[in-house]
Amino acid sequence: MALVETSGLGGITTAHSGYWSGVARRLVRDPVTMICLTILVLLILSAIFAPWLGLADPHKGSMIARLKPIGTEGHLLGTDEQGRDMLARLIYGGRLTLFIGLMPVVLAFFIGSVLGIIAGYAGGLTNTIIMRTVDVFFAFPSVLLAIAISGALGAGIVNSLVSLTIVFIPPITRVAEAVTSGVRALDYIDAARASGAKALTVIRVHVIGNVLSPIFVYATSLTSVCMILAAGLSFLGIGVRPPEPEWGLMLNTLRSAIYVDPWLSALPGLMIFVTSLCLNLLSDGVRSAMNVRD
Amino acid sequence: MSATETVTLPGSLADKGGPAQALLIVKDLRKYFPVRGGIFGRRQAMVQAVDGVSFSVEKGETLGIVGESGCGKSTTARLLIGLTEKDAGEIIFDGQGLGGELSPRELRRGVQMVFQDSYASLNPRLTIEDSIAFGARVQGLDDPVGRAHRLMARVGLDPTRFAQRYPHELSGGQRQRINIARALAMSPRLVILDEAVSALDKSVEAQVLNLLVDLRGEFGLTYIFISHDLNVVRYISDRILVMYLGEVVEVGPVDAIWSAQAHPYTRSLFSAMPSMDPDNRTKTPPLSGDPPNPIDPPEGCRFHTRCRFADSVCKTRAPKLLEMPQTPGHLAACHLHDPASGHPKAGTEVMG
Repeated sequence: MALVETSGLGGITTAHSGYWSGVARRLVRDPVTMICLTILVLLILSAIFAPWLGLADPHKGSMIARLKPIGTEGHLLGTDEQGRDMLARLIYGGRLTLFIGLMPVVLAFFIGSVLGIIAGYAGGLTNTIIMRTVDVFFAFPSVLLAIAISGALGAGIVNSLVSLTIVFIPPITRVAEAVTSGVRALDYIDAARASGAKALTVIRVHVIGNVLSPIFVYATSLTSVCMILAAGLSFLGIGVRPPEPEWGLMLNTLRSAIYVDPWLSALPGLMIFVTSLCLNLLSDGVRSAMNVRD
Repeated sequence: MSATETVTLPGSLADKGGPAQALLIVKDLRKYFPVRGGIFGRRQAMVQAVDGVSFSVEKGETLGIVGESGCGKSTTARLLIGLTEKDAGEIIFDGQGLGGELSPRELRRGVQMVFQDSYASLNPRLTIEDSIAFGARVQGLDDPVGRAHRLMARVGLDPTRFAQRYPHELSGGQRQRINIARALAMSPRLVILDEAVSALDKSVEAQVLNLLVDLRGEFGLTYIFISHDLNVVRYISDRILVMYLGEVVEVGPVDAIWSAQAHPYTRSLFSAMPSMDPDNRTKTPPLSGDPPNPIDPPEGCRFHTRCRFADSVCKTRAPKLLEMPQTPGHLAACHLHDPASGHPKAGTEVMG
């Protein structure tokens, strides 16, 4: 929707193309961000379409073909400690890893934004109740908190999702509250209130649009942390359970083979590294693209 | 659509009290802000932002409110429009008391406000059209968009060019016109202009002032015009109200105050105005120091700490707002004008 309109009077060119198309334009011009975006899109697409890529069965092992090195015929990336095809397991593993790596941040983004916007807009006692409750969670390091909640709930994908979501709600709430309190103090909110609009209408029309992008950018910076935490939970055996392919779990099971074939054992770690690096760089790129003051 | 087309403000609240009824009467308005501190956020002190302010605004007149920063001008404005809850006092709009016959929602139809910061008072993510139409939509007035377009044309911004633009594409003067249009879109009868032209360039300020004068005549509006610029206040106001530390110290017709300021504080405000004559410059500052802390205002007359004429009575007894004998409608709160006050110089022309 890049509308560049030239008004007839005085020949003044006015680009009122809107905020988001400007952000998109700046993103496209940033090569690092575009490369990261491409890698992430490829990873996500390959994970989604894994069954149609003609890969080997990620669950079918072979006692003879165990720990084949990278480049073995028929097994491009070798096989793991049970003789399962590594390429297939890495690509199928992306499904679960990306899901439990991204989903908690998405959930926490919605819950944290709602809590933070309510706290920031209402202020006073409501703010105190929400923010002091949130502060309790800051007393624990996020890794410890994730492990503690997961451990208490028991292993499993849903429990991992729940524990990671709980870990990420407090920081997002805090950012949302800070941004909302800032916007709340501006005159246009007062003007909207003076027009007799109800709090929900003011929030919907005037607050959300102005606070969501900083919260969103902050949330994207959390995705790489979440990926690593999710993989860490699986590595510790309180996340995804074997034999499901998942990068953190694969890292764990291949750890005993690190002296036999270090490159092979490092592959799941490499996937986690590349993905979280790309997520981080992408979020940095998005942040700087959004940061331009008009 | 031409800019000269007559626009009416449909949907205005009907006149209830007739022309003799003051549009707004404020009685003993009071607002203290708590200062919290300590471990449990206990109330430590009270900022006496507005303390017993009373005044009235007639239909069709413009009341200018002047005073130093922090004297309670803006708090008074926010109390009148309901953005801040009042602690005590009465607000009577066209004969109807707020909280009684008049609901806060109805008051918001009748009173609108234009803020000082023209940029911060427009949502950067909304188009001009949406910003103006928002209030009308909320209030369920018919044809909010058409209303917005007509008002844009009236304040001198062609709707075909500006309706879909965003605030950051406009200049300060254009944005302030939009803010005026937004206030008018609610069809108010009273518009509070809180330093509405203070942040503008002098030339743009003059344009906006003229626009305000035109709109006042055209729509039969009543203004409360808050400013620290006495010249601007004189230009637009019928009466002036002077505030000091949350209290009214002087109120009266603009010409009466201009020719003879009755309160020493008003006097010093006027002598602080830059002179147009280079041979007649003010050499000594008319008023020294900052106003006292409103958390703990001085006993007696609040101005006595900075007043040249302060006497012992000023430190103990607060003066009442009394009418000047020679000019009806001109009131001042100073012991100098009250022969019964016990001030040794009361009744004499000490200020010259």
